[in-house]
Amino acid sequence: MPDSRADMLKTALAERLWPRPPLWMSALGAATIALLVIYPFVFTTSFSHHLMILILLYALMAQSWNVVAGLSGQISLGQAIFFGIGAYSSTVLFAKYGITPWAGLLVGMLLSALAAIAIGVPTLRLRGHYFAIATLLIGSSVQIVFQRWDWVGAASGLYVPIMRTAPFFYLQFHTSKVPYYYLALGAAAAGYLAVWKLRRSRLGFRLQALRDDPDAAASLGIAIARHKVLAFMISAAMMSVAGTFYAQYVLVLDPERLFSTEISIIVLLMSVLGGSGTLWGPAVGAAILVPLSEYSRIWFGGTGRTIDLIIYGILILLVCMWRPSGILSLLEERVRRRATTP
Amino acid sequence: MSPLLEVKGLTKRYGGLTANADVAFDVKKGEIVGIIGPNGAGKSTLFDLITGFQPPDAGRILLDGHDITGLRPDRISRRGVARTFQKLKPFPDLTVTENVIVGALARTSDMKTARERALESLAFVDLLEKRNHFARELSTGQRKRLELARALATSPRLVLMDEVTGGVDQRSIAGLIALVVELKQRGLTMVMIEHNMQVIMGLADRIVALHRGRPIVFGTPEDVRSDSAVVDAYLGSIDVAA
Repeated sequence: MPDSRADMLKTALAERLWPRPPLWMSALGAATIALLVIYPFVFTTSFSHHLMILILLYALMAQSWNVVAGLSGQISLGQAIFFGIGAYSSTVLFAKYGITPWAGLLVGMLLSALAAIAIGVPTLRLRGHYFAIATLLIGSSVQIVFQRWDWVGAASGLYVPIMRTAPFFYLQFHTSKVPYYYLALGAAAAGYLAVWKLRRSRLGFRLQALRDDPDAAASLGIAIARHKVLAFMISAAMMSVAGTFYAQYVLVLDPERLFSTEISIIVLLMSVLGGSGTLWGPAVGAAILVPLSEYSRIWFGGTGRTIDLIIYGILILLVCMWRPSGILSLLEERVRRRATTP
Repeated sequence: MSPLLEVKGLTKRYGGLTANADVAFDVKKGEIVGIIGPNGAGKSTLFDLITGFQPPDAGRILLDGHDITGLRPDRISRRGVARTFQKLKPFPDLTVTENVIVGALARTSDMKTARERALESLAFVDLLEKRNHFARELSTGQRKRLELARALATSPRLVLMDEVTGGVDQRSIAGLIALVVELKQRGLTMVMIEHNMQVIMGLADRIVALHRGRPIVFGTPEDVRSDSAVVDAYLGSIDVAA
């Protein structure tokens, strides 16, 4: 090896494995985190709390879609299945057996991961659009099952029994939304931290590899089908967490809403808008689309139910035209391209 | 000593088309075996059969005496067989270093070790300069070297190279040949599909010549050069009487 090349290798080895983002990005990130922590005391109305709780939960849900679709390249159109499983798991266990929703949260994650295996093992072996079609149809079927299933309240759904004591045990708060806010913040933070770790792990690298080229990935020893199922399981468990928290927040389970295709599609839209495959894209998408939906409901009332979807459509169109890989994609690539010495 | 790779009676049909018929050869440790033949002779199909991307209709593939016929590509890779693709398959949305890290992760789960291995591999193919570029930004020649670096990062016992010099300008070919020579000196065993006769005659210890899926010669470059069937397959037979 020539000396110049040996020198370059030395330089390359001394670089950081993951380049530091530029200062302004770090500063912006720190400011955002600080703002999120003090938010309920800066904005004190119940509506501003409600809005942010939804943004945080949707940010988590959009990230869950991003794990299976953005990282491993498998388009799921059935994420609502796991949202519903999360909500029903904690509520059924609590309403029927008095088990704390914290345990229900874990049971929901487990059941969602198992459902992801049941759906993923037969469908993720196939290439192409079969997985997307299968998840869409299975999602509709699951909704119908829950609407007919008497034991879980059929079409009228379930109520979370109201408890006035031990709020943290029962995971319900009736005097203020602030505890819900911090729970949602904690859930979203845990989800994003987990995905941040995942993306830097061997599994994360392998998922991105099989997304980019399954044949090349297989030629490097990656078991394609097993890795896709694994990504789907992680995605399902994350979605389930959002479902449990959502149930504890609204205290009413409506299968029509929980298992709706609309939820499956909206988490996709958020992720694509912000930048699918990026870490922060789904959060940016949620921060844009949730307020849009909530404010259009306020401004246009009941008749405005679909105005937000029209605006979503226009936004997605614009992103597709100018930045098909999403709002944040360029920023993230700039960081990954940076080679900095320690 | 048993050969590292042994192929016996390998046959693959697509409907009425026979892509490989009764292909047999062996590769000894440390040897370079070349695969030649005109377009459509079944060279890339042969690689797909050996590396598990296609199941053969008949025949057996032995790696170090163990039967690997019909195993999945990832399992064959884990037994130490790496390959490059004729139609290049980089991971376009990963950087050059990240591409090769994926290869190195076949042998280690530690990211730091994987990155060190990846950078060494990139230094070997002289692609360090581009390490922080995205793979989609590379030229064809650079992609070939990236794919080789990625395959080598898996620490293989055997590498199958599908036209490393194809579509590469004359100056870069010399560099790629030097890489192959150095790999051979390090004791790596290689099977190379190669269109460039000059290149393969100089590099290979033995050569398999395929024609319409059938092996017509298996021998040293001299054997192949002097074989009339090979000359016929490439140039068409000359009817002297006419």
